[in-house]
Amino acid sequence: MPEPASTESEPRELGIPELSLVVLIGVSGSGKTTFARQHFGPFEVISSDFCRGLVADNENDQAATADAFDVLAYIAGKRLAARRLTVADATNVQPFARKQLVELARAHDVLPVAIVLDLPENLCTQRNSGRPDRTFASSVIHRQHDQLRRSLRGLNREGFRKIHVLRTPAEIEAAVVVRERLLTDYRDRTGPFDVIGDVHGCRTELEALLAKLGYRVIRDAPGRAVDAVPPEGRTAVFLGDLVDRGPDSAGVLRLVMGMVAAGHALAVPGNHENKLTRALSGRNVQISHGLAETLSQLAAEDEAFRKDVAAFCHGLVSHLVLDAGHLVVAHAGLKEAYQGRASGRVRSFALYGDTTGETDEFGLPVRYPWANDYRGRAMVLYGHTPTPDPEWVNNTMCLDTGCVFGGRLTALRYPEKEIVTVPAERVWYEPARPFPPSAGAAAGPAAPARRDPGVLDITDVLGKRVIETAYHGRVTVREENAAGALEVMSRFAVDPRWLLYLPPTMAPAPTSGRPDLLEHPAEAFAAYRADGVTDVLCEEKHMGSRAVLLACRDDETARARFGVPDGMPGAVYTRTGRPFFGPGRGPAREQSPPATARPLLDAVRAGIGRAGLWDELGTGWILLDCELMPWSVKAGDLLRHQYAAVGAAARAALPEAVRLLGEAAARGADVTALGGRTTARAANAEAFTAAYRHYCWPVDGLDGVRLAPFQVLATEGAVYHERDHGWHLGLADRLADAAPGLVTVTRRRRVDTSDPDSVAAAIAWWEALTAAGGEGMVVKPYANLTRTALTREGRGLAQPGIKVRGREYLRIIYGPDYTEPANLARLRDRSLGRKRSLALREYALGLEALDRTARGDPLWRIHEAVFGVLALESEPVDPRL
Amino acid sequence: MLLTITLTEPPATDLGYLLHKHPDRLQSFAVSAGQAHVFYPEAGEERCTAALLLEIDPIALVRGHRRSGSGGGGGPEAFSLAEYVNDRPYAASSMLAVALGKVFRTAMTGRCDARPDLAARALPLEISIPALSCHGGADLAGRLLGPLGWDVQATRIPLDPELPEWGDSRYLTVRLAGQVRLADALSHLYVLLPVLDDSKHYWVDTGEIDKLLRAGGDWLAAHPERDLITHRYLAHQRTLAASAVARLAEVDDTEPEALDNAVPETPDEAAIAAPGIVAGSTAPPRSPLAQQRRDAVLTVLRDTVLRESSAARVADLGCGEGRLVSMLLREPSVAGILGVDVSHRALERTARRLHLDAMPERQRERVDLLQSSLTYADARLAGLDAAVLMEVIEHVDPPRLGALEQTVFGAARPGTVVVTTPNAEHNVRFPDLRPGAMRHPDHRFEWTRPQFRDWAAGVAGRRGYQVRFLPIGADDPEVGPPTQLAVFTRA
Repeated sequence: MPEPASTESEPRELGIPELSLVVLIGVSGSGKTTFARQHFGPFEVISSDFCRGLVADNENDQAATADAFDVLAYIAGKRLAARRLTVADATNVQPFARKQLVELARAHDVLPVAIVLDLPENLCTQRNSGRPDRTFASSVIHRQHDQLRRSLRGLNREGFRKIHVLRTPAEIEAAVVVRERLLTDYRDRTGPFDVIGDVHGCRTELEALLAKLGYRVIRDAPGRAVDAVPPEGRTAVFLGDLVDRGPDSAGVLRLVMGMVAAGHALAVPGNHENKLTRALSGRNVQISHGLAETLSQLAAEDEAFRKDVAAFCHGLVSHLVLDAGHLVVAHAGLKEAYQGRASGRVRSFALYGDTTGETDEFGLPVRYPWANDYRGRAMVLYGHTPTPDPEWVNNTMCLDTGCVFGGRLTALRYPEKEIVTVPAERVWYEPARPFPPSAGAAAGPAAPARRDPGVLDITDVLGKRVIETAYHGRVTVREENAAGALEVMSRFAVDPRWLLYLPPTMAPAPTSGRPDLLEHPAEAFAAYRADGVTDVLCEEKHMGSRAVLLACRDDETARARFGVPDGMPGAVYTRTGRPFFGPGRGPAREQSPPATARPLLDAVRAGIGRAGLWDELGTGWILLDCELMPWSVKAGDLLRHQYAAVGAAARAALPEAVRLLGEAAARGADVTALGGRTTARAANAEAFTAAYRHYCWPVDGLDGVRLAPFQVLATEGAVYHERDHGWHLGLADRLADAAPGLVTVTRRRRVDTSDPDSVAAAIAWWEALTAAGGEGMVVKPYANLTRTALTREGRGLAQPGIKVRGREYLRIIYGPDYTEPANLARLRDRSLGRKRSLALREYALGLEALDRTARGDPLWRIHEAVFGVLALESEPVDPRL
Repeated sequence: MLLTITLTEPPATDLGYLLHKHPDRLQSFAVSAGQAHVFYPEAGEERCTAALLLEIDPIALVRGHRRSGSGGGGGPEAFSLAEYVNDRPYAASSMLAVALGKVFRTAMTGRCDARPDLAARALPLEISIPALSCHGGADLAGRLLGPLGWDVQATRIPLDPELPEWGDSRYLTVRLAGQVRLADALSHLYVLLPVLDDSKHYWVDTGEIDKLLRAGGDWLAAHPERDLITHRYLAHQRTLAASAVARLAEVDDTEPEALDNAVPETPDEAAIAAPGIVAGSTAPPRSPLAQQRRDAVLTVLRDTVLRESSAARVADLGCGEGRLVSMLLREPSVAGILGVDVSHRALERTARRLHLDAMPERQRERVDLLQSSLTYADARLAGLDAAVLMEVIEHVDPPRLGALEQTVFGAARPGTVVVTTPNAEHNVRFPDLRPGAMRHPDHRFEWTRPQFRDWAAGVAGRRGYQVRFLPIGADDPEVGPPTQLAVFTRA
C-alpha cells in the first residue's frame, strides 16, 4: 500500500471521561469556539461570550464578566446534575477563573478536564485583527498569552484530572475527542452476581462460602487457593475490607486477586485496603485496627506478591455501577447523588460512609444512617458496619455480618435476593464495640438523629410529582392535589404500612341514546368492542362501599411483615384510606363506629383458612378488593343528612302543594299544568326515597355487615392483575362458602360483545337486576389487565371496568326529578373524557403500588404510588360520573 | 317550596288587594333558577288564603351559579354532589325569602292604594310553611318569631318514617298565628327564613345581605336574638367551589365538613361559640381557654428559649389560623417563626390574617408558613430552638403517635418542645358536654393527667429529653385544670 503523501499529523486522541466538565483554555483568537463546535454538541458548549451577551446585550462587555460567569455556572450546574458532559468555552487563562470551574466540577462530583490551545501569540493577534467585533489591543493578547504560559505547569495541581495541550494549528486539526467510559461504569455487566461482605482475612470461611455458592476453588502446587471458578455465568463481587484483623489476609488477597484477574470476580476497596495501600507505598500510617497482622503476614510473602497486592489495592475503583444501573456496590454504601460520579468525597463516602465527624463512646466514628434516607432506584449493597442480620432498608442492604468478630460471612445472590451465609469458625478478633451490639445501646441520647425506614419523608409525597408506571407511562400528580391529599392522608388514613393500595375511580358507560335513560349496557359493550375487547364479564354492582381488606394469617405475621403498632391482624379501609371501623383501642370515641374491624378481620382470615387459600397462594397475608355492605355503615351521615333530608322535605312540601292546587282548581283557577308537574314531582320524591332505602339496614357489630370480595390484589411476592376475573370470583365463591353470612358472592355473567344474542341476554339480566332495586353492574374485560391498540401517546390500556348504573339508583346522584324529559335532555350533555383518563391513571398507579409491594420495594416507593391515587382522586371531575 | 298566608277577618278577600294578587287567577313570576306561582286555594268572606309555590329547577340552579362564576372554578367539576341533590327545591329557605321579596315587593313596603287602612294596621294572620329548614329546631323558631308577636306551632318532621331510628330531620312544619301588619309579616319571613335555614352554602348573592338586613329595619334592632340573627348572615359567605379535601370526602361518600374541617367556618367562630348562644352547642367556652393556652405557651417560651437566646427559631406545629404565630411575631427575641399546618386552607387563612403580602420586608423574613404533616419526617423542621404542639396530639390516631414522636422528637429535635392537650378529667366540669363525650368531634382521644404524663415520660426517656408539667386554666383540686401542658427540654 502506498504511503499517503500528506503533511498532516497523525490523528491525536484526546480522552475525555463521558461525564466531565471540559475547561477550554486559550487566549483570544486561539480558536476555542471553532474547536468546541467541531468536537462537541451545540448544547454541550457554554461560551462566556454568549453569557455576556445574555446579561449585557454585548458579548465583549468585560464589565459583565462576573454576572456572565454566574449564568455559565448555573447552566453548567444544571447540566452536570443531569449527568451531561459540559464544555466551558472561555479564555480561562487566569487561575481564579479555572478555580471556580474546578470547584463547580467538584460540587457535582464530576472530573474537571483541561484542553489547552497554546498557539503562538502572533497567530492569535493576527486572527483577532481580522475580526471587526474584536477591538482588543495586541497588549491584551500578549497579557493573556503570558498568563497561559505561566499556568501550564500548575494545571495538575489545580485539580484537573486530564490535561490535553495542543500547540499548533496542525495538532488542533488532527485532534479527535474520544469519550471514555467512567471507571465505575460496569452497567454492561448484568450478572447474576454473588455479592460478598467484609472478609477481613477469614480465608477458610471465604472458601467455605464460595463452595456453598457453587464455586470451585483452584489451588496452586503448595495447595494455596489462587482462584475460584463460578457456576455458569455468575460473577463474585467483593465489597472490600478483605484484609486486616483476621488470620490470613494474605491468603484472602491471593484468592480474590486471582479471581479478579481471571475475570471471575469484581471488587471495590474498603477502608482497610485504602490504608494498606498507603502503608505499602511507604507512607506514614497509624498501624492499628488489625493492620499490623496483615503487614506481618505480608512480610512473610515474597516481594513480587507484595507488589501485586499494592497494585491490586491501588487499582480498585471506589464503587461500581452494575446491571444497567440497577445495582451499585460500594464498601460503605453510596447515596444516590454520588452514584456513577467521581470526586474525593464520593470516594470517601464509598470507603467510610456518611460520618458526622463525631466519635462514640468506644472512640469509633459516628455514622449517619444514610440508608434510611435512601430514595434511589438502584439497589445498593455494601458492608463496613457489622450487623447481626442483614436487613433491607429502602432497597439497600449491608452484608457485613461480622465474620471476624465471630459472626458470619454473608453473600447475597443477585438478582435472586437470596442470602447465603457461613458461620465464623471462632472469634478471630475482639471488637472495640460489642458485637452483636447489646440491646438498648443503640439509641442512647448521644446517638444521631436516626430515622426508622418505616417513617416516611414529606418529600416522598409533597409537591408536583411524576410517577413512572409500568402500564401507563408517566403519571403526573399536581402540587395542589398532593396538598389536599396530604391532609386527608395524615389526618384520616390508616397507617401507611397497611395502605398498600387504593382503588381507582371508575368511568360510567357513555351516555345512552335511549330517551328515558342516562346509562344502558349497550354503550358499555360497544365501548369495549371499539377497543377490540370481546370477552367481558358483567358483575353485579353491590350496594355498599368499596373496601380494601388486608388480612394476615396470624398476629405474628402482621407484626413481623407490617410492624404497625395497633395490634391488629390487618386493616380494612375505604377508597380514600380511612379505616372502616375504629381500631377499638384507647378511650372510646363517642362518634366512632363500633370496634368491628377485629371481628371482621378474624372472620375473613378464618374463612381464608377454611378455604385453604393461605397454602394455595403460599402467603401469610392477602390483600382483597371488596365491597362492604350496607352502604349505611360508612355513609350513614351522608344518607341521613343529605338523602333522607331531601326526601323528608320533599314529602312534607309536595303533597301539601298538590292538595292546595286541587282546592284552587276546584275554585276554578287554571292550575292544570302546575298541578300535573307538582304531582309528578311528588311521585319522584317517593321513588327517590325508595332508592336510598335499599342502602340502609341495621347493623349491630358484625351482625348485618356483608362483604363481597371480587379480586385478589396481592399476596407476599405476588400480584394477580393478569389472572382473569373468573379465577378471582372463583376464589371469592370459595370464601363465601367458607364464611357464610359474612362473605357474599358476586352475581355475574360472561358476555361476548361481538355476539348480539349474548349482548341481548346481558341487557335483560341488567334490566332485571335494576328493576329489583339493584344499583347496576360493572363490565370488565374478562382477562383482567387488558392492553389495547397503541394510542398516539404510545400506550394503550383498556378501562379496567365500566359501570352501568340503574335508572332508579341514579335518582340519588342526579336528583329526584332527573327522569323528567326536560331534565334528562339537559343532563345528557356530560363529558366523560376526563373521568376516563383519570380512571386509567389511577388504575395504573394502583397496579404500580401492587407491583412495588410484590417486588419488596421500600415503603416510600409503595406509598408514593398510593398517595398518587389519592391525590388524583382530588382532581375536579364531575362528581356525578 | 311552599308558603301560605291567610287573612281571617272579613272581608278576607281583601288579602288580594293587600298582596296585589288577584284571588281567582294563577299568577307566575320568573325568579332565579325557577318560577314562583301565586294562587288561592280558598277565598271566602271569613278566610282567604294565598299560596306561594316556588318551582325550582335544580339543574338551572347549579348552572346559574356556574355562570355567575361565584365559585371561581367554572365547570360542573367545581361543585360538590350536595349541590345537585339537595333540599332547595322543597324546603323554605333563603330562596323563598328572595322570591317573597320579588313577588310581594309592593306589599312588603306597606303600600296599598285600594285598602290603605288595612295595610297600615295589624291584622289577624295565619302563615303556614309545611317544610321549613331550621337549624336549631322548634325552640329556635319560637325564639326568633315569638318576640315579633307570633304564636308559633312547630312540629319536627321525621327523617324517614320507615327508619324511625334515624330520628327527626332539620325541617319543621310551622304554623304562625298573630295580629301583625301584613308588611311586617312579610319582612319577618324575608329576614328570618335564611337565618333559620342557616345553610352552609349561601344561595343568595352577597349583595342580598344588605337588602335583607335593611328589611329588618325597626324590629331587628330591638330583637332579643339580634346578635344571632346578624351573625348567621355573616357566617356563610363561603365560596361554592369545593376544595380538594372536600372532593376527597365526597368520593368517599362523606360529608365535606367531616374532613375539610381544619379551619373553623368563620374567623369569628371562637367569639360566638360561647355557650347559650347557639342552641344545642356542646362546645365549652372556647375563647377564654384558647387565649389562656396561648398565653401559657408564650410564658413558657419566654421563661426558657426566649430568655436564653436573642435570636430563637420557633415553630408552631399545627398553627391553624396562626394566632400564636402573630403573638410570636411581637416577641423581640424570636428571630424566625415557622407556622406549620397540614391544611393548606389553614395556611392561606393565616397568610391573610397576618397580611403577609403587605408585611415590611424585615418582618416578613421572620415568618415562614409551611405545609407539612407530623407523621412524615421533614428536614425543614431541623435546627429549631423550640416547637409548640398546641392542641395537636389529640387529633392524631393513637397508633400514629409513634410517627409523630419520630418526626418531632427523633428527626427535628428542637431544643424545647411544648405540648398542650385537653385534660379529660376536667370534662365533667363542662355542663354542656355529655358524659363520656369529647370536646371536639375530631379528637381521637382525650387523656387524663396520668395518661398524658405516661406518654410524655415515655417520649422523654426514649428521645433524650427532660419533661415537666404545668396546668393551664384554673387547677381544680378534684379534676385538675382544663388543659395540661408539658415542656420537653433536650438533655
